[in-house]
Amino acid sequence: MAPLRPVSAEEIESLAIGAWILGTGGGGSPYLALLNMRALYRQGAVVSLIDPLDLADDDLVAVVSNMGAPLVGQERLTDPRTIARAVTMMEEYLGRRFRAIMSLEIGGGNAIQPFMAAATLDRPVVDADCMGRAFPEAQMTSFAIHDLCMYPLMLVDVRDNAVVVARAASWKWMERLSRTACVAVGSIAATCKAPRTGKEVRECGILYSTSKAIRLGQTVQAARRAHRDPIEAIIEAERGQLLFTGKIADVARRATEGFMRGTARVDGLGDCRGQRFALAFQNEFAVGWLDGAPRVMTPDLICVMDTVSGEAIGTETLRYGQRVSVVVLPAPPILLTPKGLEHVGPRAFGYDLEFKSVFA
Amino acid sequence: MRRIGIDVGGTNTDAVLLDGDTVVHAVKTPTTADVTTGITTALRELLAAVAPAGPIDAVMIGTTHFTNAVVQRRDLTRVAAVRIGLPASASLPPFVDWPEDLAALVRGEVVMLEGGHEYDGRPIVPFDKTGMRDAARRIRAAGIASVAIASVFSPLNAECETRAAAILRQECPDAAVTLSHELGRIGLLERENATLLNAALVGLARQTTNAFTEALEASGLAAPLYLTQNDGTVMLAATAQAFPVYSFASGPTNSMRGAAFLSGLSDAIVIDVGGTTTDIGSLRRGFPREANNVVDVGGVRTLFRMPDLLSLGLGGGSLVGDDPLRVGPRSVGYRLVDESRVFGGEPA
Repeated sequence: MAPLRPVSAEEIESLAIGAWILGTGGGGSPYLALLNMRALYRQGAVVSLIDPLDLADDDLVAVVSNMGAPLVGQERLTDPRTIARAVTMMEEYLGRRFRAIMSLEIGGGNAIQPFMAAATLDRPVVDADCMGRAFPEAQMTSFAIHDLCMYPLMLVDVRDNAVVVARAASWKWMERLSRTACVAVGSIAATCKAPRTGKEVRECGILYSTSKAIRLGQTVQAARRAHRDPIEAIIEAERGQLLFTGKIADVARRATEGFMRGTARVDGLGDCRGQRFALAFQNEFAVGWLDGAPRVMTPDLICVMDTVSGEAIGTETLRYGQRVSVVVLPAPPILLTPKGLEHVGPRAFGYDLEFKSVFA
Repeated sequence: MRRIGIDVGGTNTDAVLLDGDTVVHAVKTPTTADVTTGITTALRELLAAVAPAGPIDAVMIGTTHFTNAVVQRRDLTRVAAVRIGLPASASLPPFVDWPEDLAALVRGEVVMLEGGHEYDGRPIVPFDKTGMRDAARRIRAAGIASVAIASVFSPLNAECETRAAAILRQECPDAAVTLSHELGRIGLLERENATLLNAALVGLARQTTNAFTEALEASGLAAPLYLTQNDGTVMLAATAQAFPVYSFASGPTNSMRGAAFLSGLSDAIVIDVGGTTTDIGSLRRGFPREANNVVDVGGVRTLFRMPDLLSLGLGGGSLVGDDPLRVGPRSVGYRLVDESRVFGGEPA
């Protein structure tokens, strides 16, 4: 078995940058999670990555995420002890010890949650997640696409509250039950999702997404240091495409049913002058139209970035006048299968569009 | 309507008499160490040039004092930080994302107490008033004169902050208290940072606004005194004394509003090369375009409404060091004509 690979403090910084880009507008800013990791590393913690192929078939893996409204997360700041407690309480419930911890979604702040738990509990983090990006709902994971079991789920808050969802009739029921508990404790909770075996992670996870996010962040940092165009560097490294460059001309946002929904309009600059790009989002960017015609859609990764710095822009931080580049990155293959598209294609977000990948 | 506008920079003090939209007269004098003398001199020259001046309706002052204090890490008050919200947010205490040199100057006591609210107004846990009273006594014993209080979700329910302030008023009646809900919006860390910065500046604010008031009195002016705010509007000096962060960017805002007035342009880029900093901003419909997002002030992340400025620690009075080789951000400021080499000064 290959040794665990220690992750340096610098790599955690890169992870935060890369994960924010892979968040495709959602997942929440990784800033507060990053501050926690800086503190943990200053105290001597070092988290290691484990290659998913090194997991034994019956190793047990904790899948963690911070669940709730990003707005609440801006006031009740994420704490490593809370996510660690979700993991240890799940162990008590199962009567088994987790071999490693992994991320639900590699996009946004949840990319760093397993590191916070791992630093506290001295376990490795699996180099994988189950979205390869960020998505708003529980059934939008590769584990759900593979019809794996969705229960039990452990949800804890900062007080001494903990809820186990022992069974759920479907992934959508799991979403509904856990969401209700989450709202009751103040719309922010640490969760440990249905435990996975090493075999399940290997066969149904999105593998190596953690190291991919770290690499993506390093690409941006290297480009900035060299005074190169970070957008160009990202596209080159990730085999993406630049779809549009312009300036945000209008943003409409509303919070409905626990999500941030809305649209943004970008007026073209440079080569795109005279053209318009429209974006629709539900937490994450879902569809983009060029001059009225669908140009890009989920699950392709629609990333909106500051044109100069290459820093990702979340759907909650879009604002009039920002100069942005719209870049598309390839989605993990599992999301592009017919079953995958049922879960995360444009129709799953209410758009009556036949999925067509930019990369097809 | 006859108004006097004064801009107290780190280097020069400018005073202008406006009659309606007409500039009657303008004078420029070096800023003085005590501030008051410079303003008195400027006012004396201005009023002498237009005598008889007649009644003045208002005096507006803008100053870069507060932003310079943070950028240059001087004249700052030590602050006791009170965070109310445990058991939430415990791992990221006040000052957590401050540059270490600035935190070392400002950080006095750090107190974290149970309390705060949920997004829907329910308490997270009951407010720890006993802990607050103990903390207030420690703050008094430590001789800390300025306290910043931030409670979780206080923009929605400020009860914990106001109760904490009431206890402080009993236990340390002389301490200045800044409450986060009066300054910021959702975003605990950024709102708390703005509150801490404000608390760090209240000493300087009191000293500065008192100096302004004395200068007016010495010049025989009885007009109300206003300070310009970050957004280009004005506030009474008494308000500025409690909320110096609101006039944080009043120096560059002054020059941007002035540039709009003098050029007749309402949409333009304005570059203000001062003695200490060079500030670049954008005018939209005659007012500074605001940054809507996170604003970095002297390395501290905040969310309050500020002009979208690019501020470089580089101006006419910047100090040049040769080991290591660097220009700015420290400036000789108002000692420009004594200390800068072009005026015959000695190398620092």
